[in-house]
Amino acid sequence: MDEESLLLSLELASGSGQGLSPDRRASLLTSLMLVKRDYRFDRVLFWGRILGLVADYYIAQGLSEDQLAPRKTLYRWRRRPGWLRPQDDTEEPGASEGQEGVGASLNCMEWSLLPPATEEMEMQTSVVKGRFMGDPSHAYEHTELQKVNEGEKVFEEEVVVQIKEETRLVSIIDQIDKAVAVIPRGALFKTPFGPIRVNRTFEGLSLSEAKKLSSYFHFREPVELKNKTLLEKADLDPSLDFMDSLEHDIPKGSWSIQMERGNTLVVLRSLLWPGLTFYHAPRTKNYGYIYVGTGEKNIDLPFML
Amino acid sequence: MEDSTPLKQKIQHQELGETGRPWEEMVTASQDPEPALSEASELEQGPETGPQPRSSPPGILQSGASTPVDDLVGPGVSSPPSPSQEPSSTPSPLAPAVQDLMAPWQSDKTTSVISEAGTPHFDHLEQSSDNGESTPHQTCQSEGNTFHQSQQTKCHLYGPRDVSYNNSKRKELRFDIFQEEDSNSNYDLDQPESGASEVAPSMLEIAIQNAKAYLLKSSSKSGLNLYDHLSEMLTKVLDKRPENAVDIIENVSQDVKMEHFSIKLDTLQNENEMLPAYEIAEKQKALFLQGNLEGADQEMEDEIAEHSLPNVMESAFYFEQAGVGLGTDETYRIFLALKQLTDTHPIQKCRFWGKILGLEMNYIVAEVEFREGEDEEEVEEEDEPEERDNGDNEANEDELPRSFYKAPQSIPKEESRTGANKYVYFVCNEPGRPWVKLPGVTPAQIVIARKIKKFFTGRLDTPIVSYPPFPGNESNYLRAQIARISAGTQVSPLGFYHFGEEEGEEEEETEGRRDSFEENPDFEGIQVIDLVESLSNWVHHVQHILPQGRCNWFNPIQKSEEEEAAEAEEEEEEEEREEPDYIEQEVGPPLLTPISEDLEIQNIPPWTTRLSSNLIPQYAIAVLRSNLWTGAYAFSNGKKPWQRGLKKTSAEGLR
Repeated sequence: MDEESLLLSLELASGSGQGLSPDRRASLLTSLMLVKRDYRFDRVLFWGRILGLVADYYIAQGLSEDQLAPRKTLYRWRRRPGWLRPQDDTEEPGASEGQEGVGASLNCMEWSLLPPATEEMEMQTSVVKGRFMGDPSHAYEHTELQKVNEGEKVFEEEVVVQIKEETRLVSIIDQIDKAVAVIPRGALFKTPFGPIRVNRTFEGLSLSEAKKLSSYFHFREPVELKNKTLLEKADLDPSLDFMDSLEHDIPKGSWSIQMERGNTLVVLRSLLWPGLTFYHAPRTKNYGYIYVGTGEKNIDLPFML
Repeated sequence: MEDSTPLKQKIQHQELGETGRPWEEMVTASQDPEPALSEASELEQGPETGPQPRSSPPGILQSGASTPVDDLVGPGVSSPPSPSQEPSSTPSPLAPAVQDLMAPWQSDKTTSVISEAGTPHFDHLEQSSDNGESTPHQTCQSEGNTFHQSQQTKCHLYGPRDVSYNNSKRKELRFDIFQEEDSNSNYDLDQPESGASEVAPSMLEIAIQNAKAYLLKSSSKSGLNLYDHLSEMLTKVLDKRPENAVDIIENVSQDVKMEHFSIKLDTLQNENEMLPAYEIAEKQKALFLQGNLEGADQEMEDEIAEHSLPNVMESAFYFEQAGVGLGTDETYRIFLALKQLTDTHPIQKCRFWGKILGLEMNYIVAEVEFREGEDEEEVEEEDEPEERDNGDNEANEDELPRSFYKAPQSIPKEESRTGANKYVYFVCNEPGRPWVKLPGVTPAQIVIARKIKKFFTGRLDTPIVSYPPFPGNESNYLRAQIARISAGTQVSPLGFYHFGEEEGEEEEETEGRRDSFEENPDFEGIQVIDLVESLSNWVHHVQHILPQGRCNWFNPIQKSEEEEAAEAEEEEEEEEREEPDYIEQEVGPPLLTPISEDLEIQNIPPWTTRLSSNLIPQYAIAVLRSNLWTGAYAFSNGKKPWQRGLKKTSAEGLR
């Protein structure tokens, strides 16, 4: 959700039960403003909160002018009294520009940049299951069987691979973004020159549109668009329909769409990543998504439907 | 044409009305107006048809500013008092003043519009016979025609304008303007000849005429024409003044087109679409009015309400500190709905249990304890243990082998007010909707609910399709999950509850398990820090549900022995008799066990504790979050009245 409309957005997304306490809210408002200035972002989104066992991560993302460019992600977490003291959070591994950076902070006011997510990271972290610890330097141990060549012998050895929680955090955030970040149709448009911009004349979806899954898009580079038939493509508007819609997500029914408060608020909840809530007030410009959850994919989804 | 004139009028009016005295400065600025002024007066007289073609291109821009234009017409018509007061001799200072005022005052487009508007005046100038000043007129025209507004053009605009207003021929002017403003008509055709024919149209005029005609051509597909569309677009842009308008102009164009078609349908659609919102608002309004309706019973209910209705807002405040909550408005409505519940049912104790999210609708759950002796009767479901029909009643005609299988006796559900059925649960989909009572839970349901994991849809009568098959529909599944969650996550600080001193039998048949507890009046509260640091300071105060599905062990042996006596002796019976002997009594942790004894789940501790705020620890509260049931929270502020609460999402545990 946009940090500019943070308070309103939190109110609208509160139907899921998880929100922010007043002191967090206050500190977020101020710190996000500073982040925007320091990193020179065009827009800062409060992405959400990942609940860990020991501490929670608060994640923010910064966008540049082009809305679909890779975003910088920042996180911060809080050390709890009496628990392990984190090392000085000066690690900013490879925090280069134009890539994702997750910011973490010790005292709730500072954010650190996270490194961009890579394929390798994703493969590594796919073996880690369970909750987040809450400590970015915590290392998960995973034993693998690796073939080791020693001279002429080939035998398998158990190798313990250490995966840092920060890596896991990065890849989870990336997966969640790619899978379930949602934006309503018409909120962004593609200029003839290429970059994607916020559509200032977006007035909100109409009520009938708001109830359909096809009016919401994945907020990522399109994957399925090319596979559409020409007939389907003929109806699309190239400046507005340049992302995949939610309609064809597999498994079918992995989105729960509800109207709250009568018809004045539409809430989409992802069942694949439980905790992701997208809200939109039809006929207004308010929309946003927030993830508050444990960071675990719901792989039992097909059985639960 | 209309647009231009009213626009100018408006500008003039506003300028004169609002800006007060800056004229004088303006006057000095411009230098040209004088010759134009006198001309202007005459300009207005003739019909403005002649200049129409020329003004059409300017007219386009002008119509873009139709909104101000319309406003202009009004004041323009009434003609601002100030110009009217001015004698014709003074319009010259006025005109440039006004014009100059206008120029800086308005955006470029508007000024261009103004200047566009000016061109007709020039045309009028042309037409009027007393034009010795054809030169300035001509220059103005050419300038206007090129759509580039220069200061001079503007000056001329205002000059003639002013003069025209001062003229008694204002009305004629307006009439002409309106004629010209009829943009939907084909200008070329409607031109009254009288004014236009005074001066032979030059090549430029013809070109403009043609251009305008082209622009006015209606599209065969949509019925719009470019002229109108551009004017509407520009109006919109001028009204809204967005940043970087040139970058979003295509969007504006699209929006204008879309708006154009939806106007007629608006009234119809809106009625239908907003109905559900109105419905729910009505229902919730009823909630708010409820308190006022009941007069006689008010006092009595107040008494009871004190005991039974919890202070939901207060607990909501504490939960909000922990970052858990439904939003203040929603919570207040739930509060009122609970009040409605307590008013309509004889309830001893009531508590807001939480909210369960479903696919189509959500559930708001209230945990309720009825007053003694006022239990509502429940519909009896099949409780009797049944045996498979062994074919006794059937004739022995069919030769299928008879099965000697005796289904394991189904374990009877616990009595109400004990064990898993200690509380009664009411649910509703949204505050304002009627509350529905959930049936009691049977052990079989709990056992199977432990094995399956399904989403709730939000409708209580949905069948649950699963394997192993769940005995019941969604209301039963919901009840079973609620029972499991309550048993697993309702905790209290150590010492808040203690076992009652007097108990009938300390040693019961089953085992010395104590079922009841009371509040400990001597409870002094535990420091918040202690609550956070050590899990042993919290205890469960709801009975654990055994694997059997009940809280109190039910020995299936006894009953089956009775039944055995009724049956014919068969070998299997003897075998069966032996089997129950092997069933061990299931034991669970007794009531009021500290939660530090809870088992870990896959190597993670079952509870997470934290302080609500690190920055102000002296007023912070301790928050306990269950890792097994995500969404179950308990808090304590270290002083006497503590609270437990659950906000449950999606009702799945890790299992």
